[in-house]
Order: sequence, then C-alpha cells, then structure tokens
Amino acid sequence: MTVPAVRCTGLRHAFGDTVAVDGLDLEVRRGEVFGLLGPNGAGKTTTIRMITTLLPAPPEAITVLGRDVARQRTAVRRLIGYVPQQLSADGTLTGRENVMLFARLFDVPRRDRRTQVDAVLDAMDLTEAADRSAKTYSGGMVRRLELAQALVSAPQLLVLDEPTVGLDPVARDGVWDRIAAIRAATGMTVLVTTHAMQEADEHCERIALMHRGRIRALGTPAELKAEIGPAATLDDVFRHNTGDALTTENGGMRDVRAARRTAGRVG
Amino acid sequence: MSVLPVAPPAASADTEPGPLRLVRTTLSRIGTMCLVELQKLRHDRTELVTRAVQPALWLIVFGQVFTRIHAIPTGSTPYLDFLAPGILAQSALFIAIFYGIQIIWERDAGVLSKLMVTPTPRVALVAAKAFAAGVRAVAQAVVVLILALVLGVSLTGNPLKLLGVVVALMLGSAFFCCLSITIAGLVLSRDRLMGIGQAITMPLFFASNALYPVELMPGWLQVINHVNPLSYEVDALRGLLVGTEATITLDFGVLVVAAAFMITVASALLPRLSRG
Ligand SMILES: Nc1ncnc2c1ncn2[C@@H]1O[C@H](COP(=O)(O)OP(=O)(O)OP(=O)(O)O)[C@@H](O)[C@H]1O
Ligand SMILES: [Mg+2]
Repeated sequence: MTVPAVRCTGLRHAFGDTVAVDGLDLEVRRGEVFGLLGPNGAGKTTTIRMITTLLPAPPEAITVLGRDVARQRTAVRRLIGYVPQQLSADGTLTGRENVMLFARLFDVPRRDRRTQVDAVLDAMDLTEAADRSAKTYSGGMVRRLELAQALVSAPQLLVLDEPTVGLDPVARDGVWDRIAAIRAATGMTVLVTTHAMQEADEHCERIALMHRGRIRALGTPAELKAEIGPAATLDDVFRHNTGDALTTENGGMRDVRAARRTAGRVG
Repeated sequence: MSVLPVAPPAASADTEPGPLRLVRTTLSRIGTMCLVELQKLRHDRTELVTRAVQPALWLIVFGQVFTRIHAIPTGSTPYLDFLAPGILAQSALFIAIFYGIQIIWERDAGVLSKLMVTPTPRVALVAAKAFAAGVRAVAQAVVVLILALVLGVSLTGNPLKLLGVVVALMLGSAFFCCLSITIAGLVLSRDRLMGIGQAITMPLFFASNALYPVELMPGWLQVINHVNPLSYEVDALRGLLVGTEATITLDFGVLVVAAAFMITVASALLPRLSRG
C-alpha cells in the first residue's frame, strides 16, 4: 500500500467557542491535484494551517507522506511548499531575492541555489521581471512569484490556499496552467483550497466539499455531479451540500477582511 | 518550461534536529536574514536619511544648546561628545522596537506563516529577525556617527573599538527587537502595539544614562537605570567611542544575557502571535 500524501483523522480545532474544524477525515493521494472546497468560514484555511504545522495538531491526527505532523515537524516542513491565502511576497525585495531567500531557508546547497532559483523563476515566466522590485508586480505575478518561492525547495507536497482569489480571469488561468505544468514536470501532490466551483471542476482530479468544519462530499467532479442528477453543475453540488451557505451567513467580518486583504497588492 | 527541481526520493533526516544541528541552523538563518536586510537597505537608501532626521535634531539642537549653557556637568568630556553615543543608542532603540512591531504586519500579510513553514526552529527565526534589526541599526549608526564627526565630536578610529561598537549595537537591538516581538505576542494587535511601543521607548530612553550622567539622577531613577539594558549599551558605546570611563566587561555581559533571555521569551510567544 502506498503512503498517502496527506491523511487527517478526526481533525478538530476551535478558536475559543468557534469550532473551525470539527472531526475532519481526509486522504489526499500521492501525485493528485486535490481541491478542498467550501464557503467562507468553512474551515479550509484552518485545516491547511494544521497540515502545515502552523496550528497544533494532536499526535497521529495528521500525517504528511507518512510523517506525523505533531512529532516530525521539521521533516514535514521540508516536504511542503506553502502559499498562504494572502499575497505574501516581500515588496521591498526583487522577485529573485524573494525566491533566493526561500532557497536559503530550505538549505538548498549553495552550488545548486542559483540554477534552482533561475529554473523556478523561468517556469513561472518571471525571468524578465526577476530583478524588479516585487512591489511593481501585478496580483497574478505575485502569485506566480509565490509559487516560485514554494517550488524552489523541490517540495513533494504543494499546499495552495485560494491561489486565484482576487485575480482577473487571465491571471487565474495563468496560475492554473502553471500548477498543471508543475505537476506534469515533477509529479508532486497539489492540495489546493478554493471557493470557485468552476475552477475546481476544471483543474482538480478529486474534490472534497467542506462545510462547517467537516467534509460533506468527496469524489471526482464527475462523480459529485452525477450524484445530484444529470446536467448538474458543481455549483448545484455545492448548494446541495451546504444549504444556502453561498450567502455566507457563516463568514463574519474576519473572513471578509481576509478576502479583501488578499485582493490587495503587496505593500 | 525549464527543468524544475525534483525532490530526491528519500527525504533527509526525519528525526527532529539535535542541539548541534539547532546551533548550525540558527547561525545559518541569522546570516540569511542579515543578508536580506542588507538587500532591503540597498533598495531603499532614502530611509537611512529620513530616519537620521530625529537623531540629527537631538545632536544639533539639544546637543549644541546644552553644550553652550553647560547645564549638564560631564567632567572633561564636552557635552556633545557625551551625548553622541546616547543618541546613537536611541536611534538603534527606535529601529529595533519598530522592527518588532513590523512582525504583526508580517503576520497579517502571511509572510510570517510562510517563514514558519520552512525547516527553521522558532528560536532560530527570532534570533535571525533580532540580528537583522541589528544590521539596520548599525547602518543607521554609520549615518549618525558621520553627522557627529561633522559636528566636531572626537570619535575613536581604533578598528577593534569600532568592532565593539557594532557588537554592542547588535546585542542591544536584538534585545529591544525581541522585547517588542514579545509585547506583540502578548497584545496581538497592531494598534495596541503601536501605542505600547511609543509608551515604552521614551521612558526607556529617559530612564537611562543617554542624556545625563548617572550621578545626576535622583535615587529612584538610578535604580531603574541599573536594570535598563539601554544604559549598559550606552555605557559601552560611550566608553568605546569617546573614551569615557566604562565598565565594558559588565556592559557586554549584561547585553549578551539580556539578548539571549529576550530571544528565548520571544520565540516562546511566536506561535501564539502567528495563531492570533
Ligand atoms: N485566528 C482566529 N481567531 C478566531 N477565529 C478564527 C481565526 N481564524 C479563523 N477563525 C474562524 O474559524 C472559522 C473557519 O475559518 P477559516 O479561515 O478556516 O475558513 P475558510 O474556509 O478558510 O474561509 P475563507 O474562504 O473565508 O478563507 C471561521 O468562522 C473564522 O471566523
Ligand atoms: Mg481561507
């Protein structure tokens, strides 16, 4: 039996009285593009933050490629490339310096650093802009720069939290095309969250629908649609599983603020 | 598309790093963050100038006036010479406190999360930030010292002493940067931190020997002065730069212990900060 890329068992996390993740079971297979979908406040980011060691998880609750996240933090971090929900590149550095920083932080050997940095910048079509300050980048370019930062350490699991939120349709396609190309070139596992149904339908091999801290539906986009009925779209699946959650009764100020922040450029 | 780096099949060591590994990683991360700080400085040199305005005012206005009226007895040392190291420490203090405040912005922008998902122990991350603040403080100090020279302050040219100045500034900045990260980890919000940052920097400055000799202070202030790491930083800077009598060994001892202590406290609070 092969080890799954990610396995979560009975995962739970509460912020005070708010239960963000409530008994979540999840298995991401090696090499697939897996989409975690859900409305604002569903608990997607919280789940991602637990998988990436940013929030504490109890022993045995999460494994990443067979390593226990609670006990082998450093090893797990080495395996992960992470792009958070906000646009998080450093605007006071150039694109190349941003990527070089992460090459150093992941202990990429000195002799490989330059070639590896050049390779990921090139793969993200940023070679020309590489020596410009990241302040001058468009939202789509910043996202690609962040992908380059996440990829420079040759991770086995790429974790992307809403990689296309706040981007225009062309930039969105640009990001998804790069993700597909990375996967084709390296075979790495991609775990991505989004609330854009259509994007998930087009680009994810398997999807988990999350609502109020739990997985409500799981399968390939085709399977999920077939369950609802002929000619159903993923939007229908979404509505079926979350009620009228699309009106975001669950998403408070905090979520709206986070989304706004994401939409802005880097400072 | 060019060839992307592909992960080696067997990942490296799966066990958590031991103490030796921790020290090596910490040193390496400090180097990395200091380098990044230099890169940032290179991109934005104007900041060095704008941030020199305040110390310049202190030296030119306050310093010149008080030198002329001989209001503060500083023995055989001209008041301006006495004051210059104090102002140097003050500008380093402001930079370090601000650097700590910046971590809240980094948290809100997701930068901190990204740094925390690298194989970098918390303590190494905090130490790296702390000494990067020091790099900025030293760069600022160069500007302030040139200004002091122009104003006629006689400063040492001894390279060893100047190296000592750099070390004192780095240690002092590390302490104050981590003090402000610690407060950030306690209050968690940028607005509250800004208020507290402002509320503590001036008292730290006035309750130190930066502006006046210890002997002139009332008893209660002398007590505060004795537990204020800024005073030890100023004492070391003054002794090294203008050759006043100083307890250099004690000064460096206090600065090393204070910095190490504050780095430890700040790294314990870092997870709380990133979660909040
Ligand atoms: N640091 C925090 N403190 C308190 N509550 C939080 C915190 N982070 C998230 N929450 C709450 O936990 C719940 C889940 O939030 P989470 O960010 O995981 O949702 P999400 O699915 O990522 O939503 P979005 O699509 O808006 O990004 C929400 O109700 C949110 O308000
Ligand atoms: Mg989210």
